Amino acid sequence: MDVGILGSIVTVLFFILFVAIIWWAFHRENKGKFEDAANLPFQEDADGARDAGKRLTD
Amino acid sequence: MEATYNYKVVRQFAIMTVVWGIVGMLVGVIIAAQLIWPTLTEALGPLAPYLSYGRLRPLHTNAVIFAFGGSALFATSLYIVQRTCQTRLLSDGLAGFVFWGWQLVILLAAVTLPMGFTSSKEYAELEWPIDILITVVWVAYAVLFFGTIVMRKTKHIYVANWFFGAYIVTIALLHVVNNIELPIALSGGGWMKSYSAYSGVHDAMVQWWYGHNAVGFFLTTAFLGMMYYFIPKQAGRPIFSYRLSIVHFWALNFIYMWAGPHHLMYTALPDWAQSLGMVFSLMLLAPSWGGMMNGIMTLSGAWHKLRTDPILKFLITAMSFYGMSTFEGPMMSVKTVNALSHYTEWTIGHVHSGALGWVAMISIGSLYHLIPRLFGREEMYSTRLINVHFWWSTIGVVLYIAALWIAGVAQGLMWRATNADGTLTYSFAQSVNAMYPFYTIRLIGGTMFFAGMLLMAYNVWKTVAAGKAVNDARIPEAVAA
Repeated sequence: MDVGILGSIVTVLFFILFVAIIWWAFHRENKGKFEDAANLPFQEDADGARDAGKRLTD
Repeated sequence: MEATYNYKVVRQFAIMTVVWGIVGMLVGVIIAAQLIWPTLTEALGPLAPYLSYGRLRPLHTNAVIFAFGGSALFATSLYIVQRTCQTRLLSDGLAGFVFWGWQLVILLAAVTLPMGFTSSKEYAELEWPIDILITVVWVAYAVLFFGTIVMRKTKHIYVANWFFGAYIVTIALLHVVNNIELPIALSGGGWMKSYSAYSGVHDAMVQWWYGHNAVGFFLTTAFLGMMYYFIPKQAGRPIFSYRLSIVHFWALNFIYMWAGPHHLMYTALPDWAQSLGMVFSLMLLAPSWGGMMNGIMTLSGAWHKLRTDPILKFLITAMSFYGMSTFEGPMMSVKTVNALSHYTEWTIGHVHSGALGWVAMISIGSLYHLIPRLFGREEMYSTRLINVHFWWSTIGVVLYIAALWIAGVAQGLMWRATNADGTLTYSFAQSVNAMYPFYTIRLIGGTMFFAGMLLMAYNVWKTVAAGKAVNDARIPEAVAA
């Protein structure tokens, strides 16, 4: 197999992988998980909780 | 003993960020002045060779990128990884080693570059013994950072840490591959000279694969890590879209690696590789602007804060410059535009729109958020001075880049102008002569930005003097997420 074919295969695989990542990122089931993660900077201390205000989820 | 965060290393790097920012930008001001008055440093007699433009220019780039930018990244990444993983750094000893090791690298650079020791690779000028030291310090940093992530008490790894992680891994790869070189000491020569293992166009391609990814991962991805933590913190609300940040992250990683050839348009590099570099550079516009929107839209519903909070002004203006330079970059990588812009002052203008407008401003904003917290203060000594600093920097950058846009386009047009008989309309010296007014405006803009750093140093000094080093920042025990 020459380098050109190999390069094409890798490019297609990476593209599929990237589409899969987008699908995973926007999948409805993962919504809550990512919202939790987004709040990580605010779940550190009482001071942080005050900063975060009403958008702190838990 | 109650579990606490390691703020010592963060504090050390934060203070050195201000120090190296002043040093690096001062050297920048000096070389900008040398372009207007080429004999400026000649009166210094025996010192003159060490302060010539050719020796100081790499000192400037290394100081601002690796000493100022590097220290800012060490400070913020080591702070963020602890706060968002809710655990102390893996090892205090290793943290100390990373700090002192990096300062040693900077010191060696500051000595060897003016002495003329250089591998002549742009942004990788340092000679092989220093390259080895950098590798050792970097591996220690990687162990420290990823070790802390492994020890985390939180379930998720916050997105800022993903950006820092990609930066650490990629810089290790870039540094090692681009600096594979043969010391002439092996054949009985001196200790401070080596030759690249690559030759010809391969060497050029490896160099610009390194060079552009240094921009992509050191000066972009890592500072985005800063953005994804400090903008939400300063705005008091979570990032606009966490899911967009995931797509932003992976899109940058997949695309950036291939953009390097745009530095080698119309050279001996095969045409297909040039086109590939151009296409990937154009694609970068999408994730870059997605990321910019994500940062700016975090303020959605809280725009009023921008009126009163100069720290937020720094952070959001940095995002605007990020957007501007990531639009300008892809445009300049288009072959026909590049034919005009390459080798002109436009490139320098573009770089500083990114380096001053984006990288320095996001760092300055982050430090103004960080420093009071490291020294047990509610806020900086003077918020009014932060505001003054903000305006000096902003006006400084705008003067700088506007001057060099005009200079670059004028230069490009003069170089390509031909008479009816095919001879050149302008001599090279004429194009140099046309630069004087723009070089002067650039010097004024750069000096304003530099002066802003002095204001910052004063503000930091007063804050530190009034405060007390915090070494007992408690790690919360109950972890919700």
